[in-house]
Amino acid sequence: MNEKKILPLTGAYAAAEAMRQINPDVVAAYPITPQTPIVERFAQFVADGIVDTEMIRVESEHSAMSACVGASAAGARVMTATSSAGLALMWEVLGVASGLRLPIVMNIANRALSAPINIHCDHSDSMGARDLSWIQIYSENAQEVYEHNLLAIRLAEHKDVLLPVMVCQDGFITSHGVENVGIFPDDIVRNFVGEYEPEKFLLNINDPVTFGPLELTDYYFETKRQQEEAMDKARKIFLEIGKELSRITGREYGYFEAYETKDADVIIVVMNSTAGTAKVVVDRMRADGKKVGVLKIRLFRPFPYEEIADVLKNAKVIGVLDRSMSFGANAPIYSEIKNSLYDSERKPKLQSYIFGLGGREIYERDIEKVFEELLEGKVSNKKKYVGLRE
Amino acid sequence: MDKYPEFPKEKHVKKKAGWKEIPIGGMITKAGSSLLNKTGTWRAFRPIKDDSKCIHCFMCYVHCPENAIRSDGEKVKDIDLDYCKGCGICARICPVKAITMKEEAEFNE
Repeated sequence: MNEKKILPLTGAYAAAEAMRQINPDVVAAYPITPQTPIVERFAQFVADGIVDTEMIRVESEHSAMSACVGASAAGARVMTATSSAGLALMWEVLGVASGLRLPIVMNIANRALSAPINIHCDHSDSMGARDLSWIQIYSENAQEVYEHNLLAIRLAEHKDVLLPVMVCQDGFITSHGVENVGIFPDDIVRNFVGEYEPEKFLLNINDPVTFGPLELTDYYFETKRQQEEAMDKARKIFLEIGKELSRITGREYGYFEAYETKDADVIIVVMNSTAGTAKVVVDRMRADGKKVGVLKIRLFRPFPYEEIADVLKNAKVIGVLDRSMSFGANAPIYSEIKNSLYDSERKPKLQSYIFGLGGREIYERDIEKVFEELLEGKVSNKKKYVGLRE
Repeated sequence: MDKYPEFPKEKHVKKKAGWKEIPIGGMITKAGSSLLNKTGTWRAFRPIKDDSKCIHCFMCYVHCPENAIRSDGEKVKDIDLDYCKGCGICARICPVKAITMKEEAEFNE
């Protein structure tokens, strides 16, 4: 473990601080609430000459991601950030980034999608992008945002991975909330992240290559199969790089954080900031002798099916809390948890909960109520809603 | 250009290569491989150049989207039918109407 500097930072500034230490060659971004303070802070670093980054100001997120794709193909280390409608506008190019195997790292301050227009947190934006071959890492607090960025750049650029990565944090709740964040020394972090040395890149005139040619019925399928292979490998490599990062930070980077799950009768599965609230509730209920726990998922893509089944299989009841919906179908996290348990011999009962859409608050008492309900064995095949008015 | 660089004689991947064999992301790892794609097979109309009319203004040369008009550096020579897709831009742009488009069917052996 190394001596760290404790700074009062928002999640957004924690992301910018990681970007400062990573010192990417290119950042192309367009402001959107609640992501704006990430690139705003970073732009200040650029203006002050603290980083060597070429900052490209563009006219839209479609252009932002397009510029990132071009820069990354040219051989640069590239980062960006967005939210909600910005991510939606990038959609087409998100698939280009992953399809061309470009290791771009993008911070997401999770925000609801329009309409109705809403600036507050839910996970509809990044959940909608879950099938676009981007690795997705979710962060509970500003400290995790900072550390996940360091992990993400190494994971993205690993020669057996070469996939873009989203580092997600809850819009406003995390992105604008000030916390104490431990920042590790620049030299140690820079030594950890190293230099990006692409094997093939556009600006290498000694080894000219073409990015993004046409592939029809002949090779497209094979190229997509390669992406699945890269995702598969990313699982193991995520843990390896996480172990390396642990030596600097003293924290662990598993696929998830299993909090008081070992002997738990009831486990709540949740991502991002709400996991923190749920852990407080677990502590209180444990003090009352109730066997409850929380599974906070860190790595959502690729999804760690077997490992999650292993943690959940001994519980009696699982409640899955999704902050987004897949309208007309099971909610995203709930679907994956159900998938995970299909191959397990022991199958706990499952209940799907939707909460917090459009930034609707979720309180300790709401989570406690969910735990109490699940302890009583009240489960069904129907979605339940937390904090919704009937 | 005095001399062309050496272009690949064969494609960077073998025919029907599996997913483990091809470069990632659909990348083409050898420059100039488009020369191996004979776009002339797409042609429905063939440009025929009347050398007696040609004034060597090079209008066809600069407008051809496929670089299929060949030159010896001073004069417009001929049209490379391996790559000419038969778009007819050369015939349209020619100020002295030295190029006419004829149906490819007329040349069937």
